[in-house]
Amino acid sequence: MNRRFDIKHYQGFLAITCLCLFILYAPLIIVMIYSFNDSASITNWGGFSLRWYADVFTGPESEKFKLAAWNSLSIAVMAATVATTVATAGAIGMIRGGQFRGKSASFALISLPIMVPEIVTAVATLIFFSTIGFKLGTLSILVAHIVFCIPFAYLPISARLQGIEASYEEAAQDLYADRWRTFRYVLMPIMWPGILSGFLLAFIISLDDFIITNFIKGAGIETLPTAIFGSVKQGIKPNIMALSTLLLLFSIALVTLSYFIGKRGQEPHPTD
Amino acid sequence: MTSAIALKGVRKDFGTFTALSDVSFDIKDNEFFTLLGPSGCGKTTLLRLIAGFEDTTAGTIHLYGEEIENLPPNKRPVNTVFQNYALFPHMNVAENIGFALRMLGWTKADITLRVAEMVEMVQLGQFVHRKPSQLSGGQQQRVALARAMAPKPKVLLLDEPLSALDLKLRQEMRTELKRLQRETGITFIFVTHDQEEALSMSDRIAVMSSGAVQQIGSPNQIYENPANRFVADFIGETNLIASRVDSADGMHVVCSLADGEVLTALANSPLGPGSTGVVSIRPESLTVTKTAPKGESLRGTLGDAVYLGTDTQYTVLLAKELTLKVRMQNQFVASQALKQGDPVFVSIADGAARFLVD
Repeated sequence: MNRRFDIKHYQGFLAITCLCLFILYAPLIIVMIYSFNDSASITNWGGFSLRWYADVFTGPESEKFKLAAWNSLSIAVMAATVATTVATAGAIGMIRGGQFRGKSASFALISLPIMVPEIVTAVATLIFFSTIGFKLGTLSILVAHIVFCIPFAYLPISARLQGIEASYEEAAQDLYADRWRTFRYVLMPIMWPGILSGFLLAFIISLDDFIITNFIKGAGIETLPTAIFGSVKQGIKPNIMALSTLLLLFSIALVTLSYFIGKRGQEPHPTD
Repeated sequence: MTSAIALKGVRKDFGTFTALSDVSFDIKDNEFFTLLGPSGCGKTTLLRLIAGFEDTTAGTIHLYGEEIENLPPNKRPVNTVFQNYALFPHMNVAENIGFALRMLGWTKADITLRVAEMVEMVQLGQFVHRKPSQLSGGQQQRVALARAMAPKPKVLLLDEPLSALDLKLRQEMRTELKRLQRETGITFIFVTHDQEEALSMSDRIAVMSSGAVQQIGSPNQIYENPANRFVADFIGETNLIASRVDSADGMHVVCSLADGEVLTALANSPLGPGSTGVVSIRPESLTVTKTAPKGESLRGTLGDAVYLGTDTQYTVLLAKELTLKVRMQNQFVASQALKQGDPVFVSIADGAARFLVD
């Protein structure tokens, strides 16, 4: 590449990059550092300690956090599972279904939830649930999460399927597999990395969600994000920083896992 | 004896595009049959119709007397070797070869036995536990063959299976395919755009162009007795010279070329005087000499000569900007004597000139 057109040689490239990274990550780094603060103050450094981590698990708020974490995890697992199943079926229909009327419209409908402002979806969902008399609680959260997780699961799955040549399925059928066994023994194993990273993405999106959940959770049930928000309203304590750091690490681990699974799926195929 | 495949009035439209129009012919049992034609001629579409990946728009397909055009691919006792092999990337060689047998509900013991037999047949013994991505192109090709032949199909369909291999391997695989076909007795339907492949392996060839069959015959018939201008031009090299029939005696015609010269040729059907068409003469049936030969010859000037080792290719310029390509085996003495610009005589081997009506 010609050095003159190499973006690294533009004036101020390094300074702007550093500034962007600083603005993006400084708050997170400060939260991580102060989660190890021995002092009860959130601004004064009082030496290194793990007391706030212990506080998350054993302190006065630990029962609330544990219950919220359990709610979040169970909802995320269920929502991601259902959303991934629907998204897989959708991707096969969209990509292997050939040309059909309303194909573009279908694609727009599938991806719309990503583009609609979340607050709009939240208000609309709340109004919808109360109009039909659906009791707000775990089930309403689950239904809402399934719905907004579908497009996030759909994207990696359909991207993966698009890269799989139709001749694998033709070969399977040619070799006496019916449609179900073609899917079960050939298509699904080949698209598995896409399905798994779709699941992980949906899981993270569900686990993180605050706005929609906060609107439709009803009284008496908390997920981790709403529980954290509830605590923060009464003043920020260092235990929130410890909890946030744990959540951050968990998210990073899952995203990393998803990345490596996706990458493994892109290993060169004999026919690529 | 029923035909392996009988096609009657087969037509395939994709929207407004007609890929195949009214194709009818039979493929015999135990035959190595090739569909040959340029890309877009409909040969792959025809193969996909027989395999069941596409539905016919009209017409019927019979497999050993049984109508199959309404059966899904998994209900047809034919198997396909795909152009890109389509080996299942998540299965090893043995699992790939045994896949169809597993789907057919064979017992584990029978599958193991048959897979071992197939692995032996294609000489892949030491690779059974490898994944397709760990094999070379030629090895993958063998796995694809073994996988398609394992369930003992009545007809094996091969969709340009050699096109991804390099030249040397391709030539080896030709002999190999022919051997497998002879040993197993399975009817092979082989699709290719490579005429050399078609000529060297086939019992019979169907030459196709723009969705229709132009000629069906043995390699020898197709090369030496092309049915029309397309076949003559597509198979091998030929000189095509516009001409017109002066007089005819059955299939023997005397015709004149644009430059006024006259020669005798053989037509495919009895023709009357005044018919127009082309005379097709293969370069290797022409001989260039400095002195007038006995019998019929054309006069011209020697253009360039391209030395090709075993033979030399000459261009001979006739009057009225007509040119002839001539290919002569090198005699290691005589060939040196001809020089560019020399006046020469071109003689035609007996029966080598074909008159093809437009």
